[in-house]
Amino acid sequence: MSDISLHMGRVRDRARRLHPLPLRIMHWVNAVTMVVMIMSGWKIYNDEVIFGFLHFPEEIVLGVWAQHGLQWHFLGMWVLVLNGLAYLAYGILSGRFHRMLLPIRPREVVAEVIAALTFRLKHDDLTHYNAVQKTLYVGVIGAIIFQVVTGLALWKPVQFQGLVSLFGDFQGVRLAHFLGMAAIVLFLVVHVSLALLVPRTILAMLTGGPRLPDAPPSDR
Amino acid sequence: MSLRRRPFSLFRPQQVPDRGVLVENRKLVEAIDRRKVLRGALSLGALTLLTGCNVSQDESVQTVLRAVSDFNDGAQAALFDPNKLAPTYDVSQVVKPPRFNAYYEIEDVRPVDLSTWKLELAGLVKDKRPWTLDAINALPQQEEIIRHICVEGWDYIGQWSGPNLKDFLTRVGADLSARYVAFHGADDYMESIDMASALHPQTILATHYAGEPITDPYGAPLRLRTAVKLGFKNPKWVRAIEVTNTYQQGFWEKQGFNWFSGL
Repeated sequence: MSDISLHMGRVRDRARRLHPLPLRIMHWVNAVTMVVMIMSGWKIYNDEVIFGFLHFPEEIVLGVWAQHGLQWHFLGMWVLVLNGLAYLAYGILSGRFHRMLLPIRPREVVAEVIAALTFRLKHDDLTHYNAVQKTLYVGVIGAIIFQVVTGLALWKPVQFQGLVSLFGDFQGVRLAHFLGMAAIVLFLVVHVSLALLVPRTILAMLTGGPRLPDAPPSDR
Repeated sequence: MSLRRRPFSLFRPQQVPDRGVLVENRKLVEAIDRRKVLRGALSLGALTLLTGCNVSQDESVQTVLRAVSDFNDGAQAALFDPNKLAPTYDVSQVVKPPRFNAYYEIEDVRPVDLSTWKLELAGLVKDKRPWTLDAINALPQQEEIIRHICVEGWDYIGQWSGPNLKDFLTRVGADLSARYVAFHGADDYMESIDMASALHPQTILATHYAGEPITDPYGAPLRLRTAVKLGFKNPKWVRAIEVTNTYQQGFWEKQGFNWFSGL
């Protein structure tokens, strides 16, 4: 009897990690997919640039020819959408989004941005996201959803012509899709730099991180 | 005790082999060079990072990428609504002349002799008699001011007119239940489209641009114009139309572009 209850206890403990296993898998799948999408997107962009001064160097694009860029982009698209839907479903149904990403109070964001800029922002407690983190995470989730929507409009501008008209015309969608990419790349720079400054966060995203203390039932 | 040491897993076999196996095969196990395995794993990892070089060209990688591309053909066919019309534009927005685009440079265009030109018909078509340009121009004409969108990312609004393709295929007794309509260009260009897109109301055999007959270098005297496909699925200098159930790789699909390429 004691063996079984111990065993059950272990399973429960595991579920109460800061980053449960399904979440870690989805995070890293998304990380790889985003890199594929961004680099192949740059290859596609290079074929017909939006800004004359901006041409992505061949060293940082995915694919030798434009068709490779398209092939990778349309492979990554499926992974991104399926993984993203699983992530959103998990985040909402498990209460994780509610628990970790909300609420975002504008006053806290301002105070913490100032603290961060003066290097006084601490991240001692991995289990608690500060207001800046919450804003960035909600923002990047929104940006990725925006990329899926603008990507759909770019891919099928006749079938989704209502979406296209929201951005003016076809080139308007291209510009919106480009700006969405830029936002995600900016997020990546900040996210990766901050993670490297606090390596424990990377370890936590690999191994699950600290076990969470028992939360009151109302919080779950 | 045993339960505690071994948490339940679907991947853990219920019965494990006798540990004596390890002793028996000690030599073999030692022969598996762990360094080599590690090196192999590392180079596989490095391969995925060196994407800028030639991973995309690797045969096995291409097999996967093209398989996904084929899967996307099906997904796009499912997304395609044969009754949905593409947006049309005002005559004042028309770009004149049309933009030149081909798989070769503009100076390599081979002019077509219009005095001897005929449109050939092949495949699942009852009446295969060739068509003269005059006979095509005598058919009811349809005008489309639509957006041409290139896979590269550029676009322009063009004003195209000529007979409706569905009407034309019906008139020559084509099998409208066939899967593909292939267009052969005088410039050795071939592209095929799915029948549903061929029958779309905004798909025409364009003989005129902005009210004038199409001239060189823009694909004289006949080109396919469909509002529901990317630019490269609109062959120019069309000399033959083939209705078929046999899939043929078009010029750009052979280089790895997606076949359906719908809009």
